[in-house]
Order: sequence, then C-alpha cells, then structure tokens
Amino acid sequence: MLLHVEDLNIEFHDHIVPETVVYDFDLDMEEGEIVGLVGESGSGKSMSALAIAGLLSRHDAKKRGQILFEGTDILGCPRETLRGLQGDEISMVFQEPMTSLNPVKKIGWQVEEAMRIHTKATPEERKRRALEVLSHVDLDDPERVYNSYPHQLSGGMRQRVMIAAAMINTPKLLIADEPTTALDVTVQAEIVKLLKHINKKHNTAILFISHDLSLVRQLCGRVLVMKGGYVVESGNTEEIFNNPKEDYTKHLIDSIPKVNLDE
Amino acid sequence: MNVVIKKIVSSILTILVVACLVFFAFSLIPGDPAVAKLGTQATPEKLQALRESMGLNKPVAVRFMEWIGGVLKGDFGTSYSYNVPVTGLIAGKLPVTVILTLYSFILMIVMSVFIAILAARYENSHVDKVIQIINQVIMSVPPFFGGIILTLIFGLGLHLFAPGGYVSYDINMGRFMGYMFWPALAIALPKSAMAFSLLYGGLITEKKKDYARTAYSRGNSTKDVFYKHLLKNACIPVVTFFGMALADMIAGSIVIEQVFGIPGLGRILLTSIQNRDYPVVEAIIVCIAILVIVSNLLVDVLYRIIDPRTAVAEGDK
Repeated sequence: MLLHVEDLNIEFHDHIVPETVVYDFDLDMEEGEIVGLVGESGSGKSMSALAIAGLLSRHDAKKRGQILFEGTDILGCPRETLRGLQGDEISMVFQEPMTSLNPVKKIGWQVEEAMRIHTKATPEERKRRALEVLSHVDLDDPERVYNSYPHQLSGGMRQRVMIAAAMINTPKLLIADEPTTALDVTVQAEIVKLLKHINKKHNTAILFISHDLSLVRQLCGRVLVMKGGYVVESGNTEEIFNNPKEDYTKHLIDSIPKVNLDE
Repeated sequence: MNVVIKKIVSSILTILVVACLVFFAFSLIPGDPAVAKLGTQATPEKLQALRESMGLNKPVAVRFMEWIGGVLKGDFGTSYSYNVPVTGLIAGKLPVTVILTLYSFILMIVMSVFIAILAARYENSHVDKVIQIINQVIMSVPPFFGGIILTLIFGLGLHLFAPGGYVSYDINMGRFMGYMFWPALAIALPKSAMAFSLLYGGLITEKKKDYARTAYSRGNSTKDVFYKHLLKNACIPVVTFFGMALADMIAGSIVIEQVFGIPGLGRILLTSIQNRDYPVVEAIIVCIAILVIVSNLLVDVLYRIIDPRTAVAEGDK
C-alpha cells in the first residue's frame, strides 16, 4: 500500500464557529495507480490533497484521522520527516501555472530545486537531469527554457515546467491539483496525455484532482466524487460513468458538454 | 545596455548642473572671503590686495570658466583659509565619509532583512509584536540623538568603545572599523526601522502567494522559503527606498561625524562654511552630489538585476 487515508477530517477555526470542510475521507492507493478526485469548487477535494501532501500547515486548520504514506504518518510525523518526503517521494502540481512559479528565479533553478534539496548531485548532474525532465515533458529547446524566467513562457509551458520540477526526483506519488483548469482545451488534453505517459514510464501513482469529468474519464481507473466535504461515491470510473448511483454524480456527468458532429 | 549608457550620460549632465548651481549660489550669497580671512586686521588696501591674489576681483563669468575648467581636470582650486590645494585636502577625508556611509548602508540591509524575516516568519506571535514596538521607537530616533544614546550606553556605560577615540584607517584598519561601527549603527538604526516596515509588509504579502506553497511542496524549510524565495520578491518595491536611504546616509554621516569626533568631510565642510572658504565648500558639495548620483545609478542597476521583468519590458519597446 502506497497511501492509506482513513477518517480524515479537516476543520477550520478561522471564524467563531469552526467549519468542517472534509468529513471522514478514506482513500487507499497502490503504487502506479491513477485515482481521480472530482467535485465542485469548495467540495473539499483540494483541502484533502493538501493534507495528504503535508501542506495544510495553517495553524487554524485542525486535522483528525490518519494519513499513512508508505507507513509514515503524515499528520503526526516531525516536520523534518515530512520535508524529507516532500519533493522527493510526494510531489505536487498546482492549479495556477501563472503564479505557482517564483517570478524572479530562472526556470532551471526552480526545476532543479527538489534535487538540490534531496540529493547530493553536483551542479552539472543537476543541470543534465533538469534538461532531461524538461525534454520529457515535451518542451522544445529545453536549454532555452532552462535559462528563461516564468514570464517568458506561456501557461501551458509553465505547467509542463511545474510537472518537470515535480518529476525530477521520480516521486512515488504525484498529486495534481486541477493542473489543467487554467489552460485551454487543446493544452488540457496534452497535459493529460503527459501525465498518463509519466505514470506508465515511472510507475508514479497520480492523484488527479479536477472538476472536469471528461478528463478524469480519460486518465483515471478509479474515481472519488466529493460533495460538501463528503465522498458521496467512489469506485471504477467506467462503472460510475455508466451507472451513477448518486443524483449529484448524475448531475456532474450531465453537465459535460456533449459534442456530436453528426447532428 | 542602451539604457545604462543613457543613465550614465544623464548622470554626468546632472553633476555639471549641480556644479554650476553651487558656484553661482556662492557668488550670490553675502559675505566676503577676504574679510573673513583678514578679520579685524582688514584695511581697505589689504583687502584689495588679498582679493586680487585670490582672483576675486575678476568677473563671475571668468572665475566660473576657470573653476569649471579646473574641476573637469580634478583641480578644485586652492583653499582660502589653508592655502593648500582643495583636492588634496578633501582626498584624505572623502574615504572616511564614503566608508561610514557604506558601513551604515550594509548594516541597514543586514539588520532590516534579518529582523523582517524573523518577524514575518512568526507573524502575530509575541516575537513579532515585540519587534513591531521596538521598531516604532527606533524609527523615531534621529541619528544624532541615537549616536548620543549609543555613546552613553555602549561607550561610557559598557566601555565597548572609547568615545572620541577615533583611529585613522591608514594607521589601524581594524580599530578604525571597530570605532566606525557605532556611528554607522547610529545612522543605520532609523533607516533600518523604515526598511523593516517595508520589507515586513512585502514578506507578509509574498508568503501567501502560490509560489511559496510550491516551494514548501519541494521540501524547503521555512527559513529557506523566506531567504531563497520570498526575500527577492519582497525586495523589489524596497529597492527604491534603499536608494533614497543611501543618499540620505551621506548627509547623515556629515552630522554624525560631529557627534563621534570623526574628521571626515562633515567637519571640514562646517569650518569652511564659517570661513567662507568657497573652493572647499564647492568641492565637497560636488563630491556629495557625485556620491548621491552614483548611488542612484547603482540602485537602478540593482533593480534590473533583482526583477527580470523590468529588463524584458524595456527590451520590448
């Protein structure tokens, strides 16, 4: 078992009345598996993902339950242990490629960062590896990208850079939090294809968070549907698509625009 | 590159304008150097003879052309009261003022960056609150008063340095720097407090941005996130302030030299004004103008280095 999440509850205490955003979240993931997490904005999917990545450290957020990554207790372990996993075993790609990169640092520096933190590789080795991952995410002219600043790249290119940076240490788990939402449709399809390819090549497990069911259907074997902090339905993607049990899931499926050129 | 050359040309023009203004201003203000020099012994004949030997009887325009011609060659004329070339007189003092200014500037940057990161890391904690209060106090203490307080506490009280025990840099560099720490601190403190406020605000804004979260997701420690990611971004709006502070510190060092008994440009400037020793005053003002302009130029270059987006925006034009 790569990841075991049991009874995860997340509460925010930033108002007078505590607000629970995730209730009794359970998730098991095997190595190399791709799991989709779908739901509308505010359904708690991003919060669950941040908690799994150990990034929900706001002190007004109370977390209960258990998150085990290869036996390491993410919620209970010391910060140093967690940092040892972050960027090395667990990586994350975020929704906004425009703002998720540091605007004043060169791409190469940012792509290499996780390698600089977690390995003893020499600068030459790091650069070679960075150029390698940049070319793996289908960026033409990796050398130029390496020496660019984020503002010199398009949104799609930046998201590829984010994926390259996340993959530099070949993590076991990649959490992609709405990685395609801010991109246009053709680029979305390419990013999904890229994630699929990464999964096949490195056997990296991917937790794919999206509100776009059609993308989830293309990528994920298993899916969890969230609403209002609860997981309302989960199981094999095709089964859920063909036979949704919950009304909410039906609504989500019905809201996918259907394109039929024959009509 | 073009931009840098343009800046340098405009800086040289600015220095020339300052030189002209300084010269004519001293021709307009009342007071006669010959009278100041002779004092009670002044008789009309002696005054006339002295004016002639000083070249003061020539028309202003002629004197200006002679002076500016000399300035361009690095010759600021002869001091009225010391009868030695002004260039030599100032050359010994200028390094003291320049070192004091740079010393203060470096202290300001180190203190403000270090403390702003400390406070921003522990935002809303007791550490943060205490720092904010101390900061408010320090911000409102002018350098000359801060200098007196430092002398009182660390010099006379704790004997960490001997007040008035200035050692010239060409005699003992180590003791010189040790003594200069205190005046530099006096100048740097109020400026650090202002820089702190600006940096702190920037860091608080930057730490909530998406790229900070990305940095954490790669396994960075909080300290590394602040120093390697947030600091550079938070510095962008503060660089302008650093430039103004540097210019201000040159003026500040002239005042603080009096408090700590340092024979820099400040002391010679004051005595020269009293003696109507215009060549010396003019030379010092031109020197200070050059320092201010050069520091502004450096800040401009620094700004370009820190924020890569400025360089591109200008390249696009």
